[in-house]
Amino acid sequence: MHADDHGHDHTDPDAHAPSPDDPPPASDWEFLEQALSELLIESGVIEEADIQRMMNFTESRNPALGAKVVARTWTDSDFRSRLLRDARRTLREEMDIDIGTIAELEAVENTDAVHHVVVCTLCSCYPRNLLGIPPAWYKSREYRARVVREPRAVLKEFGTTLPPGTSIRVLDSTADLRYLVVPRRPAGTEDWPAERLESLVTRDSMIGTAPATEPKA
Amino acid sequence: MTNGAEPAGNRGIHDIGGLDFGAIDRGEHPPTTFERRVDALMLLMISPSGAFRVDALRRAIEAYNETDYAHLAYYEKWVRALRILLVEQGVLTDEQIDARIAALRERAGGVQP
Repeated sequence: MHADDHGHDHTDPDAHAPSPDDPPPASDWEFLEQALSELLIESGVIEEADIQRMMNFTESRNPALGAKVVARTWTDSDFRSRLLRDARRTLREEMDIDIGTIAELEAVENTDAVHHVVVCTLCSCYPRNLLGIPPAWYKSREYRARVVREPRAVLKEFGTTLPPGTSIRVLDSTADLRYLVVPRRPAGTEDWPAERLESLVTRDSMIGTAPATEPKA
Repeated sequence: MTNGAEPAGNRGIHDIGGLDFGAIDRGEHPPTTFERRVDALMLLMISPSGAFRVDALRRAIEAYNETDYAHLAYYEKWVRALRILLVEQGVLTDEQIDARIAALRERAGGVQP
């Protein structure tokens, strides 16, 4: 694998390569990671630069990126329609975001009538090429097991109470299909520009365990 | 199962949707260097030019015993799967890996297992 395999050039001053200043491995698993890295590099399978580039790429995909997408759906209804119809193409053509080859992405819109919440009951599938690494709770057995059976109780643990008239659709992700929840736009933000709206779009609101943040009165 | 869950019957160890579990731990920490590196290694290995596919990762993890599946941390499961799959694919050998871990332990001044 060579440095030019990936079309992304994200440089991050905080990128953390192992260096003589790093503490030595503390656990068996850390020793294993270091052994595998060294052996793969010595065998010519990868280079250290590949690891650094992949870490930087992953960091470049984070909830702030998803928030830009959601805020744009709130201010551009044509964009919203296209995103809901074909997220991969719309993100690539209109936001220069490549969601990669591993899985499809489907955007689903929350409304007064239906609220979506995303899980991966079997493992940890997540729209990581848009939102980055999933939070630990998303990967926990407790969340995976319970949210499909008692979504209202789980949402309540997250501090989210939906009106009784709002139905809940729980979307179980697969290796091949990941979901982005488009939360409802909070009231009182009608004259807000997209940049300001982005600040209301939290990671959890794009998973569906919370609504978008209400603006401060 | 642990944590008060109902017996899983004939379900796979990973097939837990709908089972009864306790409260969700919503604690979070910034990713550690170990977690970020394992994540990157795995993404490189499951990329189109990598040694195996993401389905192999799932298969390896789903073959862990119940204790390991329940108690290993997420990236501990991943780094163990990396080892299993790299050996399975003939990219590295167990002997190579064990020898390197021993050398790293010695370099770190640790106690030999």
